[in-house]
Amino acid sequence: MGRRVGISGNYAVAYAVKMADVDMIAAYPITPQTTIVEKLSEFVANGELDASYMNVESEHSAISACVGASLTGARVFTATSSQGLALMHEILFMASGLRTPIVMANVNRALSAPLNIWNDHSDAMAQRDAGWIQLWVRSAQEGFDTTIEAFKIAEETRLPVMVNMDGYIVSHMYEPVELPDEEEVRKFIPSKPLENRVSTKTAYATGVVGPPEYYYEMKYQAIDAIEKSRLKIKEIDREFNSRFGRNYSEIEAYGMDGADAALIVMGSIFGSAKEVANSLREEGKKVGVISLRLFRPFPAEEIRSALKGIKAVGVVDRATTPGGFGNPLYNEIAAALYDMQERPTLQGFVAGLGGRDITQDDFRTMYNATESAAKKGAGRCIYVGLRE
Amino acid sequence: MKCVKTTLKGWREIPEGGTIMEPGSSVNFDVTAWRTSSPVIDQNKCTKCGMCFLYCPDSAIEIDDAGNYRVNLSYCKGCGICAKGCAPKAITMVKEGH
Repeated sequence: MGRRVGISGNYAVAYAVKMADVDMIAAYPITPQTTIVEKLSEFVANGELDASYMNVESEHSAISACVGASLTGARVFTATSSQGLALMHEILFMASGLRTPIVMANVNRALSAPLNIWNDHSDAMAQRDAGWIQLWVRSAQEGFDTTIEAFKIAEETRLPVMVNMDGYIVSHMYEPVELPDEEEVRKFIPSKPLENRVSTKTAYATGVVGPPEYYYEMKYQAIDAIEKSRLKIKEIDREFNSRFGRNYSEIEAYGMDGADAALIVMGSIFGSAKEVANSLREEGKKVGVISLRLFRPFPAEEIRSALKGIKAVGVVDRATTPGGFGNPLYNEIAAALYDMQERPTLQGFVAGLGGRDITQDDFRTMYNATESAAKKGAGRCIYVGLRE
Repeated sequence: MKCVKTTLKGWREIPEGGTIMEPGSSVNFDVTAWRTSSPVIDQNKCTKCGMCFLYCPDSAIEIDDAGNYRVNLSYCKGCGICAKGCAPKAITMVKEGH
């Protein structure tokens, strides 16, 4: 009947990958790598996991090896972070274009320069157009559950899935995690051979040239697949809930009933945002918060319906788009809200770059600025906690 | 060999990920549009040494029933390697559309 253990976010992901009974893991074992793959190498070494473990010479090679292995129909996994994800950049597009259902854990950290390995969302946001499904977790339990779901989502949509987890705040935090029985996990994600894969029995050419006559159509296939994944993800969330009793959805709203102003956040800061919303509600302010668990495909419909009747929305970005009008999450939300009949005023914030803590005072600042934007209109992006 | 020009497939008809499941499918690919000039063989100068046939990277040189070397323009990209490799200088590259 499962067991409850105290493990880090990294180990929670490693346990999920072990229970998913992967066939192959490729990883580059140096900073900014995490203990996810270290734990997995231990599982393989001591015989708990029967998988091929490849220590490669870079993250570029790690993801390339995963693409190759996935094309043979194997269930594959890799983990990375920060500069490692950036080094994978070109192969990420190939993974989605070739429709390889790779699952990758990305422990979110800043990008250099200056050199910084602390938590923010710069790494994943820089890869948002790579055609990968992006899920974001907020605790070790979610890290475990989402990684299990990710294998099912990847294999049923034939798209690669990135599971994002805040560096240190979740990845290195030890928390109680419910681990289900391995048998239950296998029933949820049975290993089944994928069709149309490389084999010695049939002729097969992949990674082919897509000349101007074909590139567009081939690219559209992957666009259509990620659009259709919306329904699949909903279905898989429901099935996960019925099997394991934990309910996940594209977005999670907190304190939104009767709220005038709301923040939109991603990742682990949802906890602090809820706590500060509670204190402000006690002071009579009508504020709520929405957290995104899914970033690709972007849950625009869900966000639009959650924001109906809200006067002002503050979007908290933990990554920047230098020289852009807004930052990554702000821009997505703005685009999603544009065709609403009565859309809320939108205030952008940047906070928590390069591991800077976002304090309760910072949240108060953001809630207050969002409330005042409801009355006076929004200004340009506010860089919260920046020293002059 | 005659190039069979296939109609362009829509996105729903292309195998997932652009995978090609049938071998030898490049015979269906006409490269006429790649060419800016094409080889013209002077049959009087040709000694039938076969160098053009060997050198052509796209196997566009064919031998007809009479034993003469001919260019299959469906597969010729106009690279000019055949002309360079022709010892008796029987092949000249002629600009297309002139």
